[in-house]
Amino acid sequence: MSGKDEKINIFPSRMAQTLMKTRLKGAQKGHSLLKKKSDALTMRFRAILGKIIETKVQMGEVMKEAAFSLAETKFAAGDVNQTVLQSVAKAQIKVRTRKDNVAGVNLPVFEHYVEGTDSYELTGIAKGGQQVAKLKKNYLTAVKLLVDLASLQTSFVTLDEVIKVTNRRVNAIEHVIIPKIERTLAYIVSELDEREREEFFRLKKVQEKKKQARDRKEKVEKEEKESAASLQQQQQQEGSLHGQGKYAEKINHVRNIIDEDNDADVLF
Amino acid sequence: MAQGPRGKLIAVMGDEDTVVGFLMGGIGELNKQRHPNFFVVNKNTSVGEIEEAFKNLCKRDDIGIILISQNIAEMIRYVVDSYHQTIPTVLEIPSKDHPYDASKDSILRRAKGMFTSDDFR
Repeated sequence: MSGKDEKINIFPSRMAQTLMKTRLKGAQKGHSLLKKKSDALTMRFRAILGKIIETKVQMGEVMKEAAFSLAETKFAAGDVNQTVLQSVAKAQIKVRTRKDNVAGVNLPVFEHYVEGTDSYELTGIAKGGQQVAKLKKNYLTAVKLLVDLASLQTSFVTLDEVIKVTNRRVNAIEHVIIPKIERTLAYIVSELDEREREEFFRLKKVQEKKKQARDRKEKVEKEEKESAASLQQQQQQEGSLHGQGKYAEKINHVRNIIDEDNDADVLF
Repeated sequence: MAQGPRGKLIAVMGDEDTVVGFLMGGIGELNKQRHPNFFVVNKNTSVGEIEEAFKNLCKRDDIGIILISQNIAEMIRYVVDSYHQTIPTVLEIPSKDHPYDASKDSILRRAKGMFTSDDFR
């Protein structure tokens, strides 16, 4: 897989680490929320699916009955098809759309309503009234059922779409974003560790150098002291004559505290 | 989806008897240009005409639901399948002389694999 060790381009520092940690938290929260949304939608989706199948089966029967009553009407009233087709003017049944909200998704829901007058005039004839009434009743039932089915179907399509999008997001967060942040975090931690080790090593090295310098100096001082002592002895031997060598020794051992070349470092 | 106080219409496409039945149910309307919201398909209607009528119905914004007989939908299946808008909703209905076949329904085909065969019983 390409981009396996892809990570966010960021300078490895403590601040970046905190930032990444926050982002990781955010991503995890988002993931769980989206997951919940997807679950809720899927639940609704399945319920709708069940209802659609049920309604489709019902639809078959209702339509059969409606078609049958049309045949009955034709038998009673003769062929009214053309009359009906020609005299259409104003719809009596219409649909209204309403929004239903499921986990932040707007689902359109249709509901039918009856408007205006009855359309008996469609047939243009008076006879066969009972059959016509039955026919109308049957088709009205069919229309009601079909409107319900249409709502279900619209919800179904919309939900299908939304679920796909949500799942895509869930998967993207789970398999791309979170691993990426985790890789970045691991990288930052390893870099910080590396830097700490370097720092430690450097300090050790400095200490070692200091120690070497100190040893060298002590050695030099010791030699100086020894040479001074031997000199003093010489002087004393000579000074027994002059009696002044006492002070010369003292002056030699007073430390200079203004210059810092003799001070030990206050490290560790 | 602000359509004001006016509701949407139900359009119907199918053979003469199906259409007449629904018109008796009271869904038919002629708009100001005297375009009907229904379309009668007889044996002389060409596929091109059906397609044209279907597309015109889909384009109208005063239609909420389009009912189309399954045998008609089968004739212009590629148009129906490539139709992806939410509103108007295209709904396939069984026609008078063709039994309803769920496996042909474009919606149910999308849902296939999600339900088992015993859901139909």
